[in-house]
Amino acid sequence: MAKSAKKAAPEPEPGDIPFMQRLLDNPFILLFIGVTVPTLIYLVWGVVEVAQIPLAK
Amino acid sequence: MAIHPPADRIWWNEKLTAPEVIWISVAFVWGLIMFFAMIYWHAVGDQNLSNEAYKISPEVFAERTEAMVEKYKVREEGDTGIPVVRPPAGSDIYMLGRLWEWWPILELEKGQQYRLHLSSMDWQHGFSLQPANINLQIHAGYEMVITITPSETGEYSVVCNEYCGIGHHTMVGRIYVVDKKK
Amino acid sequence: MAIAAVFRTCPDTGLKVHSHAENLIKANAVVAVIFLAVGGFFGLLVALTRWPAVHLLPADAFYLVLTAHGANVLLFWILFFEVAVLYFASAILLNSRLAMPKVAWGSFVLMIIGAVIANVAVLQGESSVMFTSYPPLKAVPHFYLGLILFAVGMLGAVLVFFATLVIAKDEKTYEGSVPLVTFGAITAAIIAVFTLASGAVILIPTWLWSMDLISEVDPIIYKVIWWGFGHSSQQVNVAVQVAIWYAIAAMVLGAKPLSEKVSRAAFLLYIVFLQLASAHHLLVEPGISSNWKVFNTSYAFYLAVLGSMIHGMSIPGAIEAAQRRRGLTQGIFEWLRKAPWDNPAFSGMFLSLILFGFLGGITGVVMGTEQINLIIHNTMYVPGHFHATVVAGTTLAFMAITYLLIPLIFRRELVFKRLAKWQPYLFGIGAAGISLFMMGAGTLGVPRRHWDITFTDAPLTVEMPGTAFLMMGLNGVFAILAAIGGLAYIVVVVGSVFFGKHRDEAVAKANPVIFDGGEAVTQYGSEGTIRIPGTIVLVAIFFTSFVLYYFVNWKYLSEVWPLR
Repeated sequence: MAKSAKKAAPEPEPGDIPFMQRLLDNPFILLFIGVTVPTLIYLVWGVVEVAQIPLAK
Repeated sequence: MAIHPPADRIWWNEKLTAPEVIWISVAFVWGLIMFFAMIYWHAVGDQNLSNEAYKISPEVFAERTEAMVEKYKVREEGDTGIPVVRPPAGSDIYMLGRLWEWWPILELEKGQQYRLHLSSMDWQHGFSLQPANINLQIHAGYEMVITITPSETGEYSVVCNEYCGIGHHTMVGRIYVVDKKK
Repeated sequence: MAIAAVFRTCPDTGLKVHSHAENLIKANAVVAVIFLAVGGFFGLLVALTRWPAVHLLPADAFYLVLTAHGANVLLFWILFFEVAVLYFASAILLNSRLAMPKVAWGSFVLMIIGAVIANVAVLQGESSVMFTSYPPLKAVPHFYLGLILFAVGMLGAVLVFFATLVIAKDEKTYEGSVPLVTFGAITAAIIAVFTLASGAVILIPTWLWSMDLISEVDPIIYKVIWWGFGHSSQQVNVAVQVAIWYAIAAMVLGAKPLSEKVSRAAFLLYIVFLQLASAHHLLVEPGISSNWKVFNTSYAFYLAVLGSMIHGMSIPGAIEAAQRRRGLTQGIFEWLRKAPWDNPAFSGMFLSLILFGFLGGITGVVMGTEQINLIIHNTMYVPGHFHATVVAGTTLAFMAITYLLIPLIFRRELVFKRLAKWQPYLFGIGAAGISLFMMGAGTLGVPRRHWDITFTDAPLTVEMPGTAFLMMGLNGVFAILAAIGGLAYIVVVVGSVFFGKHRDEAVAKANPVIFDGGEAVTQYGSEGTIRIPGTIVLVAIFFTSFVLYYFVNWKYLSEVWPLR
């Protein structure tokens, strides 16, 4: 069955696939982005903000 | 269908239809408007949190609050024994949260500015001024400083809206706003 | 082939169904429903206590039950069900075997152990610390341990999901890109990794602190990291529920996405930006700068909201296009009027979409505006908002897909079909009422997580407006309605799973659940050529409501005491 399906829609050359589609087809790059961005922007920046609160005079 | 792999092997090059282009543009611009609305309000709005805060031990904060009470106490509230404090306009005023009260009661003048210091002696509390409906989170070890200008006279309640143990629903305080002394 | 023995072929879809995947979906879904029943019951007790005229429970029992309600529905019901959806969207939709079934079963057992331990801790009475468990409020150590075990188990399930993606690709069980629904599940799984990692980072030290092995947990840093867990877990729900909307539209109506590209790009915006909104809980915290607050609370220029607004057009648009293609082209709304409103999978899905968008989505953005949060934070408005998202949105979507999982995975016909037909309406209207009246009470200043808004035992009097009491009473009434809807769901599910007519191939042929409208509808390719005027009208109504409600709240804010 897989073979007949292949005939209907020939495998495109990897070079033909646009960059954004290759990105969206790769769950592990997406995983990296989806963990790194909130870790840096939300968690790390947030903890730094709290750590920088000065001592009362 | 959405439960099958897309039939077109290369789908990223699909053209968008007019409704999609319009809606995405409108939604994107609306997002920018909402983003810049917050920045705009920092520039021109009257209701912004200062984010001025300090690390402070509960003991030191309590001392400062007690010093204010000592100096500016005008009476006690009924037979509760809770002091009512009337500090001068423009001054630094203190209110502490602890299991389970907001202390002391403040009496403020309408239209005057005060630097209000808030902190907790123990657990996290939610400072909720009613009926103005201004809500802040108050932590032990951290002092929040905001400059407030009461805009209406009346009797305001401070309730706790962060759960702080079994007496949470009895944790209240009060702020009186009165007309300026003639 | 050796592995072929453990597959069956689904008579409805022609997909190969791996027996481990099927059994794990069943097990996780059944356990999820048990936790929904338990947590929902606690929720009813909460609502009846907050109904001032009823005031059912004493204070200590109320806070205990409120803690149990949060943990059981917000974590256990939803995450068990999400594991079922993850396995469905990977192994089943990709026509593949499930990777590492032993790990999957181990995770399942670990999640149950964790959930049970946490429940025991709460019911013992020393851990009424609410869902958020903010230190320095301290629970017993096994409360945190239960949550940690549960999170580790969930992480195992997410690992199995990713591993299944890998083997399906390696074994070429599908061609090209994964289905859109699977892509939605990938989005959810990615957010889940961040969620569970944040949970581990903060709950492990808190657990050690509860055993006096660490002297202190900073209360604000705790909140920052904990909400990376507590809020992002709700973003997992959003991604799963959107995937379910696409799935139901496809299965019931043969709808295909208007554009694969647009829908997947919208999910990408979720992956990158949705988790930032954990900042919604920290907008009135001392000492965190407005730079951090504005950037995070806006999901970076509201790009994740853009994602949701895109789905908000492309899902009804896909439905409209499919309906028009089969000839329902009269006027603007014939496609919607003649939609299968008596099919609970469809009605549940569409109600979920509308209620989530109008009630949950708009209010979430408004209350997440840095300054507007001042007049909403920790009032009843907050639970009002998240009952619109998590109950009317996520829970109703999960209920809707259950009506497809029962015939397809449990291979049983539904029992009590009339009850099932009404169930989404009962539950949806109940949940909508709960949300609206809690939000109304919140705008009047009613605090959340509060046993007594008459303040009878307080040393000073506090006057809440009479309307606030009315709102809390109406909240109770609608909570009863939602509870009846929830009970109807459980009756139908339990009845069908145990007593439903077994769905062999003959029954499946006679009574198909997957839409089969012939090539004209199910053929793949861009749906883009068809016009969707009804959807444009719906979207315009939504956008107008959004803009008006947004500016009305700025107006409210401008009327409170100046502060800076």
